[in-house]
Amino acid sequence: MRYEEVIHRCFRCGYCKFTRNYYDFNCPSYLKYKFDTFSPGGRMWLIRAWLKGEIKNSPRLQEIFFSCATCANCVECCPFQFSEDLVEIFIAAKEEMVNSGIVPPQVRDYLKNIYTYGNPYKAPADERDRWAEDLPIETYEGHEYLFYVGCVGSYDERGRKIAKAVANLLIKAGLSMGIMRNQEICDGNEVRALGDLELFRHLAQRNIRLFKERGVKKIVTLDPHAFNAFKNHYKELGGNFQVHHYSQILAPLVNSGVFPLGRLEARVAFHDSCYLGRHNGEYQSPRAILRAIPGVELVELERNSENALCCGGGGGNFFTDILGGGENHPSRIRIKEALESGVSILAVTCPQCAKMLEDAAKAIGVDEELEILDVAEVVERAIGP
Amino acid sequence: MKESIKSALIEIAGEEYVSTFEEELYFYGRDPGLSFPSNPHYVVLPENTEEIQQIVRLANKEGIPIVPLGAGLSLTGLAIPRRGGIVIDMKRMDRILEVNEKARFVIVEGGTSQGKLQAYLEKHYPRLRHSIPDAPPTATIAANVVIHGQGRLSQQYGFNSDLVAGMEVVLPSGEICKVGSCAVSPYWFSKGPPLPDISGLFLGWFGTTGIITKLAIKLYPRKKMRDLEIFVTDNENLISDIIYEVTHTEMVEDITIFAQPWPLFFKDNSHICIYFTGDTEEELEFKRRVIWKALEKFIESKEGGFMWVQPSMKPTFLDMPQRSVARFADVKRGGGFEYSGPILLVEKYPECMRKLRELSTKYNLAYSAMARIIDTAHCMMFAFAFAFNRADEDMVERARRAMAEVSKFIIEVGGVFWKPTVEEQKLTIEHIDSGTLKLLKMIKNHLDPNNIMNPSNWELR
Amino acid sequence: MGELRFNENLCLNCTTFDCLKKCKFVKLNGAKGNLEMLKIARGEDSTVLRTCITCYACEEYCEKGNHPFYLISEKREEKGIDIVPRPILKQWINLGEPVGRYKVGELREKTLSFGFVPEFLQWVKGKLFEDVMPSYVFGQEFFCNVAYLHFGRTSVIKQRLPIVMDNFSKLGIKEVICLHDECYGAFTSLAPAFGIEVPFKPIHYYEYILKRLEQLKDKIRPLNIKVAYQRPCSSRLSPPMHYLAREIFTSIGVELVDRVYQDENALCCGEVVRLQGLYDLAEELQRENIEDIVKSGAEYCVFNCPYCYAALGHKLIKKGVKPIHIIELCRMALGEEV
Ligand SMILES: Cc1cc2nc3c(=O)[nH]c(=O)nc-3n(C[C@H](O)[C@H](O)[C@H](O)COP(=O)(O)OP(=O)(O)OC[C@H]3O[C@@H](n4cnc5c(N)ncnc54)[C@H](O)[C@@H]3O)c2cc1C
Ligand code: SF4
Ligand code: SF4
Ligand code: SF4
Ligand code: SF4
Repeated sequence: MRYEEVIHRCFRCGYCKFTRNYYDFNCPSYLKYKFDTFSPGGRMWLIRAWLKGEIKNSPRLQEIFFSCATCANCVECCPFQFSEDLVEIFIAAKEEMVNSGIVPPQVRDYLKNIYTYGNPYKAPADERDRWAEDLPIETYEGHEYLFYVGCVGSYDERGRKIAKAVANLLIKAGLSMGIMRNQEICDGNEVRALGDLELFRHLAQRNIRLFKERGVKKIVTLDPHAFNAFKNHYKELGGNFQVHHYSQILAPLVNSGVFPLGRLEARVAFHDSCYLGRHNGEYQSPRAILRAIPGVELVELERNSENALCCGGGGGNFFTDILGGGENHPSRIRIKEALESGVSILAVTCPQCAKMLEDAAKAIGVDEELEILDVAEVVERAIGP
Repeated sequence: MKESIKSALIEIAGEEYVSTFEEELYFYGRDPGLSFPSNPHYVVLPENTEEIQQIVRLANKEGIPIVPLGAGLSLTGLAIPRRGGIVIDMKRMDRILEVNEKARFVIVEGGTSQGKLQAYLEKHYPRLRHSIPDAPPTATIAANVVIHGQGRLSQQYGFNSDLVAGMEVVLPSGEICKVGSCAVSPYWFSKGPPLPDISGLFLGWFGTTGIITKLAIKLYPRKKMRDLEIFVTDNENLISDIIYEVTHTEMVEDITIFAQPWPLFFKDNSHICIYFTGDTEEELEFKRRVIWKALEKFIESKEGGFMWVQPSMKPTFLDMPQRSVARFADVKRGGGFEYSGPILLVEKYPECMRKLRELSTKYNLAYSAMARIIDTAHCMMFAFAFAFNRADEDMVERARRAMAEVSKFIIEVGGVFWKPTVEEQKLTIEHIDSGTLKLLKMIKNHLDPNNIMNPSNWELR
Repeated sequence: MGELRFNENLCLNCTTFDCLKKCKFVKLNGAKGNLEMLKIARGEDSTVLRTCITCYACEEYCEKGNHPFYLISEKREEKGIDIVPRPILKQWINLGEPVGRYKVGELREKTLSFGFVPEFLQWVKGKLFEDVMPSYVFGQEFFCNVAYLHFGRTSVIKQRLPIVMDNFSKLGIKEVICLHDECYGAFTSLAPAFGIEVPFKPIHYYEYILKRLEQLKDKIRPLNIKVAYQRPCSSRLSPPMHYLAREIFTSIGVELVDRVYQDENALCCGEVVRLQGLYDLAEELQRENIEDIVKSGAEYCVFNCPYCYAALGHKLIKKGVKPIHIIELCRMALGEEV
């Protein structure tokens, strides 16, 4: 296994379970299950036990490995030198399982669907751009930017709304951009997080080839997961693109008068998505946008920025649902935290977060009091019809 | 594993919170130290006192062991279920129940972590603090007092167990007992006085006489500023004189000492970290000066001096808990360290250092000495710490043997084991006063006649 | 090699004995300065050996080019007069011991020497250094060891410095730009004084920076700020370089304010005095220095030496003055983020 020489170095001290300021536990899978085995240290010790043959691959072990949301809280908080490798170590362990062919059925299905359909929804490629039907958006053709939408933005009902909002703003901003329509395929971030590195390479290479053929140099995306894959994992496969999350493009523009922002009287909290925040250090752009809206009072959740709590959707859990639902699900805890801070809008910058949190709000029955909106949707609302 | 017991546990705690999976049994059968593993049969995560009562009753009925577990960080195998049975992971019970600001106490549940209380106080009661140990913040407050831990306020106020202000305990019978003022009053301000103090029936017993489900501890003023000076000397014989002078000032918060051969900057010297606090710059500087002046004679004789703690170094030392302590486990790139931390007189420092160096050479191990002064230097905790590489069997074994020699030495030097391993507990029992032993036996046998509570610890029969 | 070239005749004929007359710390109680120096040179005892706080200044004060401070340091050791507590001495000697953890960039004949100052690993970047970076060396292996003058241990310097020189030449380095002027002092003043050969051309980083600023002229955005300047002890070993600081300030549109403790009258940052255990004196020095800086009305205090920066920086912040290293200041003028 990759990183085999590192795993015994975990002291199982548990720093990784917490936020950096010790406010509360912050590893989403530990929060959910409460057994130490579902904490980063637990995983480290069990990976080692498994490699040493002291325990066997079992549905429980799979549950333990695949419930990791790759949120990188452990990377942030483990005080040891190897901390930055933690997520990669957990991915390597999943890779080992994938290669052995014994993985949870949901994972197997997810990977199969991506392989077959290029998306996890088993949906035809021609439906990819349905979200854009009534938008004046162009097909990519030598534009400055490729607007990469991603599977959730393309197919998920909630995601599509966000894609629309983002596209609208980018169009208003006059950005030269176009979409790939039915040629767009999965970016592979979750495939990689689930340990299928081969499939990931396959997807990445296809994307890279496509992007290069079409002359893409700059990419803007609404999806932090895609952003992460393009930015951090395509390089080694020869894909060198300038990648931006849409919030990074909009942040410098919000005060420039491009959008006539009306007043929006609301207390708003921002939920950092792991792949924009901890994985890529982008905490400020979304906040800058929200702050620029007259009337918006931006409040910080107890766990914010580096300390943000994952919605539980990362690492493929959004699709596989291994973390499952229930009282202790991180998304529900997050919703309660937002309610405690007295906001009426919880803003996100990721379609997965949006859906996870919205579902949680519905499950608790507070979706009337607390709206989950993408930052782009908040801006749209401030602009008005 | 018996299905009937498993179902009974599920009945009590709910299916999600009971495990007999190999994975949990493996993990909960180990700790980060040098102890040999021993798996439990069941792991259960109770939510409240009632559930614990039921689990204890079940264990009594079935005659199987129960082992309460906090974060499992005591390093000496104290929560490893040597005889199997049920591990009760307390960490779901982590509510902070009440803070009485003016009377400076807090009531928490038995699985509340140090970190959570620390963050809670910082946010809601910025003028209060508790005695934070340097254990990783997941360490639980209850377990820490159960093992007589020490923290940042121990130099001023004593062992963390001295700072207990009341307890709710589930006895081995499953009954509940309240300890301290809370037994007769709604207020949890004292663990005993003016009543007969029965806290000693539980503190120091490693869960062999009961499980703490609620706990009050005393809080103390938290000043706005905190700083440290580090006094270094290569003359170990002077340590106790230096400590005597510093503690005489009554100006210091915590005093810790460390000595280690690596990095070279630390070689040859003992480093006395003197912490102090103030609400104003003036208060802080006044204390700094008093501390300097108290040690001037050692500087004049060139035997000791204050080192320059550059601003960039300070966060490492001022961190609470001090994360760098845990990082010692990575010195050999191998995720392990263990220490024996006897409580003994400060004047024994030079002997301890000699022994530590001797063993480190003999067994070719990386060492670190870490001491904490307790209660105005009535005694100190001196940690003989060895780092080891978990993946290097030979090194692990060498560390075990070195530890065994440390244990013998501690008895010779008049020390008392702190959080002793089972072997050290046996040594203690061998050396303990016969009258004391008799009383201890009476207590244990009376409270836990079926010997189900964390058995093999304090085995007095 | 290793013998200090001290010319007693110069002292014998000296009428000014500026070295000790200008010294702020030794109290001569009526004794004649040059005779005191001669006593020291001849191996006799002198109060100076006990009261000198190692501010390096007399190396500059002596206009005859003699080396009063090196002499004091040499004789202290010879006579077994310790000025810092033994454990502190050990600590510092251990600190400078080469352990093979040095770092080198992509070396060329001209290289930057970070000495053993980790701060430079962060500060040294951007346009200013484009010319030479990433040609740099860092670590104990390249540490000039002059700091041991503060500890009265010339023997350590004499033992280690030739090895350091060797390390440079083994790497084929021909020109060394010293980012700490103590290194520059080591190569241009101390080494010759002790007859140690320097196998490369030392360049003071002020010289280098000035040249670069000239080249980057159109990129400079004048900062239009007032600064005070803290001159470090090590600068006394290369006085002409000190005055280049003014030229640097002028070229980036910075106004150097007048204050009492500057140029020849500079005041030691006090941290070494503290290491010697002289708490009250150290406090007094730092208080006076900081008060002087505050009074001068400067917005920033510019440092040449990273250790002065570490000693005074956080205290200045509390008084509302921003500390900054001269490298950071120049980079700021070039529009870079610091
Ligand atoms: C890096 C490091 C630094 C450390 N520094 C310090 C320090 O500065 N000061 C210090 O005091 N300690 C220190 N320790 C030791 C130890 O981690 C702490 O004392 C810690 O508080 C133990 O808490 P825990 O929850 O991990 O206990 P555990 O190991 O889980 O339990 C300890 C004992 O208490 C029993 N127990 C647990 N919960 C209960 C309960 N509710 N009722 C009854 N019995 C119970 C267990 O059965 C066991 O016998 C350090 C350890 C490490 C690894
Ligand atoms: S991953 Fe790091 S923080 Fe977590 S238990 Fe292991 S060593 Fe400790
Ligand atoms: S990445 Fe997140 S979910 Fe995975 S182990 Fe680390 S903290 Fe837990
Ligand atoms: S060292 Fe220089 S100034 Fe001092 S007495 Fe000698 S010649 Fe004169
Ligand atoms: S080094 Fe400084 S203190 Fe020492 S004699 Fe020279 S001027 Fe005086």
